[in-house]
Amino acid sequence: MSLGSAGHVLLGLLVSLTAPALAQAPGERRSGYHDMSPSLQAMQDDEIANPGMLWVLDGEAMWNRKQGAAAKSCADCHGAVSTMAGVAARYPAFSGANPRPVDLAQRINLCRTDNQKADAYPYESKELLSLTAVVTRQSKDLPIAPPADPRLAPFVAAGADLFTQRQGQLNLSCAQCHEDNAGRKLAAATIPQAHPIGYPIYRLEWQSLGSLQRRLRNCLIGMRAEPYAYGADEYVALELYLASRARGMPIEAPGVRP
Amino acid sequence: MLLGAIVAALLATPALAADPRRPYVVNGDEIKASLTGRAGDPARGRAIVANRQVGLCLLCHTGPIPEERFQGDLAPDLGGAGGRWTEGQLRLRVVDAERFNPTTIMPPYFRTEKLARVAKAFADKPILSAEQIEDVVAYLATLKD
Ligand code: HEC
Ligand code: HEC
Ligand code: HEC
Repeated sequence: MSLGSAGHVLLGLLVSLTAPALAQAPGERRSGYHDMSPSLQAMQDDEIANPGMLWVLDGEAMWNRKQGAAAKSCADCHGAVSTMAGVAARYPAFSGANPRPVDLAQRINLCRTDNQKADAYPYESKELLSLTAVVTRQSKDLPIAPPADPRLAPFVAAGADLFTQRQGQLNLSCAQCHEDNAGRKLAAATIPQAHPIGYPIYRLEWQSLGSLQRRLRNCLIGMRAEPYAYGADEYVALELYLASRARGMPIEAPGVRP
Repeated sequence: MLLGAIVAALLATPALAADPRRPYVVNGDEIKASLTGRAGDPARGRAIVANRQVGLCLLCHTGPIPEERFQGDLAPDLGGAGGRWTEGQLRLRVVDAERFNPTTIMPPYFRTEKLARVAKAFADKPILSAEQIEDVVAYLATLKD
């Protein structure tokens, strides 16, 4: 499994030496933040030390930049970026005439193509991560609040199925790790409950900000399963299911992870 | 129980001689015969168990391999496994742990069927070869206490 660069192993040691007892009552929800060492928690909490804030600052500059054939900035239509408060907490969601729910990055790209008349940004590009980070940051500390939209139900159910399905050469399901064994150690790593509330996240192993889809892709590769292509419906379904599981938990983005 | 089924025996055609998978026969909760017809090498088996990219065992298990500092706690300690289980039981456990526990998280190391969406690089390959399985079984059998 791709869970062990040297830096990661070292940080894992810090975690195992400093983490408090991990026993948790069944059903108690817990952010992956609490599985980190105090030094990494402090890094996430401090706006100066949190490397993810660099992407937030870039995104803020991009928000005001005119783009595309329409020569419009995000601000031209939306006003200050602070008007985005609460938006990230509702995604993935149906948007406009789109026949399927979209996640926040996809929603931003719809504004690129439909409203700015510009090309969509590639997944995991610095630009898309920066805009996603600045929009998500406006919802910091707000509870995850999936919309009560009955059209979402089949997609959430599809995500739940994917979450409990064994796959890959190692024949594991997400739930076997993140439900049945959360809080236990997979080698040096504490298995988190897999809440999406810190994304996009700065991961030291990546030396970069990364999306929730990138994280899910990492887990699939660890299971030796064929990862879905970025933007695939399966990821959006999993993101929807994870959001429904995390309903009410406060957004922490941008998080930091080893 | 499915135990006692003859597994993969149909693969025993000369044309498949180079196939890393070998046919094996399950008796009760054991595979009594070596997958290669030879005894494995416990020293090589120890190295496989210790290697988190090859055996992966210590991702989940602890074991008497002190130089590997980051061992998992999802599974029983491997120490004493050779005293608790026969060689044939250890072989079946590593080949296909679902035979012991249908909801196990232990991967099936020598099974290539009934798996979903295996990554292309690993498609139709068992996690360990027959030789590697025999080495691991030989090592586990030495862990008497
Ligand atoms: C030409 C005007 C225009 C521009 C420019 C524009 N948007 Fe939008 N945006 C809209 C409209 C209109 C909607 C609502 C669309 C709908 O519901 O179909 C929207 C919706 C959104 C939403 C979802 C809001 C919600 O409550 O669900 C996000 C996020 C968003 N835009 C981000 C951006 C970003 C980031 C940019 C700059 C890259 C941008 N938009 C540029 C007009 C614009
Ligand atoms: C073998 C156990 C295992 C399996 C199976 C697994 N994961 Fe993970 N997952 C982990 C570990 C360990 C981490 C934390 C890694 C780290 O921080 O180094 C993680 C991290 C995550 C996170 C990030 C949580 C956070 O707090 O940042 C999410 C979300 C996640 N996994 C979702 C999934 C999904 C969805 C699947 C199924 C497609 C899956 N995982 C399968 C072990 C697993
Ligand atoms: C993904 C986690 C995981 C991995 C990787 C794994 N195991 Fe296991 N193993 C388990 C669990 C959990 C059990 C407990 C029985 C069960 O739940 O099926 C177990 C049980 C066993 C047992 C029986 C233990 C006893 O004495 O009762 C042996 C022996 C064993 N495993 C050997 C291995 C070897 C050798 C490897 C590597 C080639 C390995 N396992 C890899 C999870 C794992």
